[in-house]
Amino acid sequence: MNLIKYKNWFFALSLLVIIPGIFALFVWGLKLGIDFSGGTLWEVRFDEAKNVNPQSFKIFLDEKGAQVSSTAATSDSSILIRMRASDENKISELKKGIGEKYGQTKDLRLETVGPLISKELTQKAILAVSLAIVAIVLYVSWSFRKVPRPASPLAFGVCTIFALIHDVIVVIGIFAILGHFADIEVDSLFITAVLTVIGFSVHDTIVVFDRIRENLTKHTSMDFDGVINNSLLETMARSLNTSLTAVFVLVALLLFGGASIKTFILALLIGIISGTYSSIFNAAPLLIVWQNLFPRKKS
Amino acid sequence: MFKNPRIALLFIIVITLVALYVDLPKIKIAHINLSHPKINTNFIKRDLEPKLGLDLAGGAQLTMSADMTGIEANDQESAIESAKNVIENRINSLGVAEPVIQTAKAQDQYRLIIELPGITDVDTAVSTVKKTAHLEFKVLKNDAPPEATIAANADYFVATGLTGKDLKRAQAQPGQSTGTRQAPGYVVNLQFNSDGAKKLEEISTKNLQKPMAMFLDNEPISWPPPIIQSIIADGNAQITGNFTASQAKELAIQLNAGALPVPLKIESQTRIGPTIGQESISKSIVATIIGIASVAIFMIAYYRLLGLFAVAALVIYTLIVFLIFKLIPVTLTLAGIAGFILSIGMAVDANILIFERIKEELRWGKPKLESFFSGFERAWSSIRDSNVSSLITTAILFNFGTGPIRGFALTLAIGILVSMFSAITVTRTFLRIFWIRNV
Repeated sequence: MNLIKYKNWFFALSLLVIIPGIFALFVWGLKLGIDFSGGTLWEVRFDEAKNVNPQSFKIFLDEKGAQVSSTAATSDSSILIRMRASDENKISELKKGIGEKYGQTKDLRLETVGPLISKELTQKAILAVSLAIVAIVLYVSWSFRKVPRPASPLAFGVCTIFALIHDVIVVIGIFAILGHFADIEVDSLFITAVLTVIGFSVHDTIVVFDRIRENLTKHTSMDFDGVINNSLLETMARSLNTSLTAVFVLVALLLFGGASIKTFILALLIGIISGTYSSIFNAAPLLIVWQNLFPRKKS
Repeated sequence: MFKNPRIALLFIIVITLVALYVDLPKIKIAHINLSHPKINTNFIKRDLEPKLGLDLAGGAQLTMSADMTGIEANDQESAIESAKNVIENRINSLGVAEPVIQTAKAQDQYRLIIELPGITDVDTAVSTVKKTAHLEFKVLKNDAPPEATIAANADYFVATGLTGKDLKRAQAQPGQSTGTRQAPGYVVNLQFNSDGAKKLEEISTKNLQKPMAMFLDNEPISWPPPIIQSIIADGNAQITGNFTASQAKELAIQLNAGALPVPLKIESQTRIGPTIGQESISKSIVATIIGIASVAIFMIAYYRLLGLFAVAALVIYTLIVFLIFKLIPVTLTLAGIAGFILSIGMAVDANILIFERIKEELRWGKPKLESFFSGFERAWSSIRDSNVSSLITTAILFNFGTGPIRGFALTLAIGILVSMFSAITVTRTFLRIFWIRNV
């Protein structure tokens, strides 16, 4: 089987996901959770009142002077409120008001992030992602420094970044779309997911590149395209199996795990699938593109 | 690692048993109750109960910024230390189990991060924490019985009007001879402002050779109270009591809480009700079991006998990881558990790499023994490089993240490190003993 022949189709499939994602990112942007935008997240459970209409509850809270951005029912007796960052005086005032109209309530959770903390977190997140990318590229280039001609260590490093950026954009783009249509927010755990995806993406790419490195020394008579194609076919079972085991555990977490990490798990799941795809169908074929652009003779 | 596979096997069995013993909640073997051992040495003291984070145990986390306006730059450090100390005492009196209170400094701003696991009445806790400390100097009432100084009875003391506002700072110092008197041990020097100096002169004149008690939030500190030895006119007082260095420091911190009051503002807070925590625990357990089971079924279905060995290694892996979680100890959060479950996927990855390689070598017509050795040898560079890149990410996450992110990074990193041992040493030993034999 010659995978390399179809490489443009593989690139096209990637673009099919990436372009709408980038479009969504620029037009709508990511829907930021309170970690980044600051605000209060408050989940209230009513002791007696059943099926309180979230919409009328929002109007009720706004009348009490809260700046509510949205309310959503999380069960038949609980409502999740998102509002501007409110201090505990404001909260207890609201709680009193709710008590008078709807009876006793319990706080299932209450999270407030002030503007100071959210600004700091955003800066840290950007720094962490950039640092991770730089550190990994350096490591890959160093690890592949002795790669035999005609390949160049730089090509391995650069193609790893391409695959990695591909995966990051796929995850962020899909979340921009989900944010617009499904109101899914990104929080600080989302950044964790993106960083983990970076680690996994490189993990996958390295396994494929490692085999290419080995085959370049072993099959010196074969042409570059052939070596890459063989290496891909040889590592295919491993790549898919590893990805499958990770997908299994993530799906288990998504279906049965705690509600507060669902978004996080979803981001990991998308990232790992994308990472497997990009390491096989993007990173290695890109080595050939690089080779055609900057030919290097065999030594 | 081991030349003789039998010794390696023995080693693996011992580690597994130790891990089992520590991990299992409580087991009963013929009238003997085995429960979590407690480690108690000079280096580590551990109660090996699993530690649960806020999102699992329920509770509250508060991040408070300290308003340092009006406090000199070189006093700010001791001001925040004092605020922390005061809050610690107040929280302990609320009866919260294992509160964690940390100070942090971010961009010239001092912060207190307070974690109160398992607390239900957060409102009371918040208002208790937010109160600024009140320090008062009191003297004996005129009609107080003579034993009043020995019994810690605040009722016999009366306010003097001298409070924390009049105190500039308190400082612990080694005792030095001042004039004719030699102060042994450590002393605490008090520096009052001009208002305070005036008040103190008056009080010390009236109450010479009588006790002067100090109350922080209406609780007496440094009991029995020091006796006023002389008239203090310049606003510089010294408490001598043959203190040790740490006693003197503790007293200075308490006094500074009154002298350098820092208003605290809540920057962010998280409160998790106990019901949500309980739900999350049971969900995590189900997810972990299903995650491990699906990986196990897949491995056995695809790799048959080899897969069975990998699954055995995976079980040992899980036991060892939990052993390490308890020894460090790692506080388990939802994100931390996710990190662990994810590392299961990575742990089998090393095995998949090795098995695929062995199968390939067999396909190329190499004999079983040779395929076995080159499978492990050739797969190593991939395993090493890919795990190093994952460890780089976890290190960055650990350094930049807070709370849940750190938990995730830590459990993932532990998982990756242990997987190198389980997937390589453990599987290799199993294969050498049980697989190669029946060629």
